[in-house]
Amino acid sequence: MKATVTVMLKPGVLDPQGKAIGHALATLGFAGVGEVRAGKVIELELKESDPARARAVAEEMARKLLANTVIESFRVAVEGA
Amino acid sequence: MKAGIVLFPGINRERDMAIALERTSGHAPRMVWHTETDLAGLDLLVLPGGFSYGDYLRCGAMAAQSPVMRAVRDHAARGGYVLGVCNGFQILTEAGLLPGALLRNAGLRFISADCHLRVERADTVFAARYQRGAVFRAPMAHGDGNYFADEETLDRLEDEGLVAFRYATPAGKVLPEANRNGSARNIAGIYAPNLRVLGLMPHPEDLVDPLMGGEDGKPLFEALAAA
Repeated sequence: MKATVTVMLKPGVLDPQGKAIGHALATLGFAGVGEVRAGKVIELELKESDPARARAVAEEMARKLLANTVIESFRVAVEGA
Repeated sequence: MKAGIVLFPGINRERDMAIALERTSGHAPRMVWHTETDLAGLDLLVLPGGFSYGDYLRCGAMAAQSPVMRAVRDHAARGGYVLGVCNGFQILTEAGLLPGALLRNAGLRFISADCHLRVERADTVFAARYQRGAVFRAPMAHGDGNYFADEETLDRLEDEGLVAFRYATPAGKVLPEANRNGSARNIAGIYAPNLRVLGLMPHPEDLVDPLMGGEDGKPLFEALAAA
């Protein structure tokens, strides 16, 4: 079962990468772009067939390693759940 | 003080650190591999700079989970001394031994330049050979040195006197222009509450000999050697 963990910098944490992407989009002529935030997506192939348990284990992984909760928030999506 | 340098794959500043420690103490530090767990007999553990595990996921995130870090945590809990420089500081925050995190430099660029650090307190084992308020020069070389913590944590660090060094002008003024990586409140280094764990981004070990361009960093290692 596949779980997808999306990790984003928390609101209020400066995201210079997102800012730079926003500037580059403006340079390319894309008008009307507000704030841009960049994060990461981590896909996990889990040997778990119960969606609730898969979500629980992915959340634990996110808390312990995949996200640094001092600066980042995360959300977990489980395939078919 | 018997010192050990903790090595993770991708660390590259261990030799400079070893020179600084040996030159000031007369003893070569023990090199500790990241798989080791027996650190008995060591008083000071140094986590040097570099790019442990290629900075994968987040700087220091992988190293913080390695077997040796359990032993480093135990050592710190027993009141042992720990010094983390650059990537070593990042590892200490990722391991929860120091609060906050090191974000990408505010200007997005890797900074390789000298900075000046103001000594916020001199009554610690690390800073005992400096004067409070003194300024010393230290090279910095990092892409992710922008110290971040929430306001509550920053206030606590200030209230408890746990800010070790701040980025300052050569005259000792803590101003935004001296803060090239954008760190919160110009913070370059912090202590744990027992003042025995220090993390900082700049490299005092890179200025311990006139041939390196100066000896500004030497007092830190002399103080450790004498402790």
